Amino acid sequence: MAASILPAPTTTPAPVVVSTKRPVPPQRVVANVLFGVVAVVVFVCSVFPVYWMVSSSFLPTNLVRATVPTFFPGSDFTVDNYVRAVTDDTRADFVPALQTSLTVTFLTLVAALVIAFLASVAIGRYRFRGRKQFIVAILVVQMIPGEAMLLTYFQLIDGWGMLNMVLGLTILYVAMVLPFTVWTLRGFVTAVPVELEEAAMIDGCSRTRAFWKVTFPLLAPGLVSTGVFAFIQAWNEFVLALVIMSRPESMTLPVWLRTFQQATKATDYGALMAGSVLVAIPVIIFFLFVQGRMTGGLVSGAVKG
Amino acid sequence: MTTTPAAPKAPPEAFVRPPQELRTKKSSPFPYALLAPALAVLAILVAWPILKLIVTSFQEYGRAQAFGAPPEWVGLDNYAEVLTSGEFYAVLGRSVAFMIVAVVLTMTLGTLVALLMIRLGKAMRMLVTVGLLLAWAMPALSTVMVWGWMFDTRYGVVNYLLTQITGSDWAGHSWLIEPLSFFLVLGLIVVWMGVPFIAFTMYAGLTQVPAETLEASQLDGANARQRFFQIQVPFVRSIIIVLIVLSVIWDLRVFAQVYALQGIGGLYEKTSTLGVWIYQKGTASGDFGFAAAAAVVMVFIMLLISLYYVRQTLKEDD
Repeated sequence: MAASILPAPTTTPAPVVVSTKRPVPPQRVVANVLFGVVAVVVFVCSVFPVYWMVSSSFLPTNLVRATVPTFFPGSDFTVDNYVRAVTDDTRADFVPALQTSLTVTFLTLVAALVIAFLASVAIGRYRFRGRKQFIVAILVVQMIPGEAMLLTYFQLIDGWGMLNMVLGLTILYVAMVLPFTVWTLRGFVTAVPVELEEAAMIDGCSRTRAFWKVTFPLLAPGLVSTGVFAFIQAWNEFVLALVIMSRPESMTLPVWLRTFQQATKATDYGALMAGSVLVAIPVIIFFLFVQGRMTGGLVSGAVKG
Repeated sequence: MTTTPAAPKAPPEAFVRPPQELRTKKSSPFPYALLAPALAVLAILVAWPILKLIVTSFQEYGRAQAFGAPPEWVGLDNYAEVLTSGEFYAVLGRSVAFMIVAVVLTMTLGTLVALLMIRLGKAMRMLVTVGLLLAWAMPALSTVMVWGWMFDTRYGVVNYLLTQITGSDWAGHSWLIEPLSFFLVLGLIVVWMGVPFIAFTMYAGLTQVPAETLEASQLDGANARQRFFQIQVPFVRSIIIVLIVLSVIWDLRVFAQVYALQGIGGLYEKTSTLGVWIYQKGTASGDFGFAAAAAVVMVFIMLLISLYYVRQTLKEDD
């Protein structure tokens, strides 16, 4: 755990703990209370929009559209908004959109990780002609606004006959996340000392075996944090999806969420919040699942640039 | 669920380790084989569209050309048009100003939250971590919808709370119709979404600062501010630079949030940032040549901003 490396005097003493010989000075108690208050403020600011989304999604329409907002559904709790969000006939269906989103995201995640992993081993472990140009290229590519190239993407995918197909969108998403994933993973690969591998080789491992047995396990946090990035990107993207997957039955979830706003009628905010919750749930599950391994990884990747 | 973001698994000396020797058999085809899949994807789906973008920026390219009519070469006309249009400078100024404010706020708040997390006890740190994690996990579009709903003109909770707190009547106040308050809401969304990543990364970086160094400086009489600027900041310098460069790129390229917020309410002409403006000029109105030239100009601006960092990366690599 990260906390254990911290300097004890500046962090640990809580006002109630009296294990040290010195009593806690009163300024320190005040400071601790103050920091506690700030922590609660940070928590409330972070959570309130999420809470408001969930809370509104369980309110009946007359309370959603009320001059005095309801802060807690209580006895008025209802799932009507969810029923409307999922079954409304005037909009695209939810379940196919969920399936499309899950499939595209999963395929993007796997493909991007495999390809980026191979590439990052190449540039992190070997020196070869064109290596430096490749590193600069993947950095610069991230600055280019993809919105300007929508037409080219459309023409490419159309030319391959892959419009409205999961595969077509997946290919574009892999290309979209690849520069960042290669760049981050490279940091992780260089952070693992070559000497570790060489030691294993001296002990009789082949180079391949040494890599898989020694280096690969150390790259796990890197793979997790890059995977999270790929997951979020693919799950959230909606401009490409709008252009490539134009048919109602092949929409992804973000595009589906946009259909709640129609020019002809007032936005049904209850259903929109229910829809937003449905889109957010898979990401939150995924985050809770991997969060312990995630942020530390980001640092060791970032440090090496 | 664990209570805190785990520390990096790599040993701390990775921070100070000089660049290690790489295997230097220049003639070996093996690295190229490893690189091949990535190169194939990037060549077809990144390099080719970029090439096409650059070519298009020198052409008269409208809807007819998109459907197969041969485009006409116009040299630098598109660039001249972009660089002499007042609209471009308005959009650029707006985007850069927004980016600067957003980056400064996100970095400052993120760093302060990271310092707070270090200072907190276990339970409170857990509370902050959970909050940040929830904010971080929210999909961009859901986030925009929720904030749009909170700032809704008639039924929004913000207007209600402001009425209660200030005593004056905020009911019916439209936040998105005024460009300035549109950017206020947009800024809140972008900062809210950006702080968790900065906070977690800075926290993980700051926990790597050797305890002995901090203790020693404390014994020497350094106060918290001196410790922060003279020990902690230099130690996590490379992380700060990466975070700033990433934030600059992300906040200058911000698209989905602006686009979706304009969909809720907001004037296109007065609130478009670079990405949305290029999208409107190209995909929406069909002037692809102009949009391409604008995109190339935008990339040059980003390159200028991050030039120092690109050079630094290359230098460290030697």
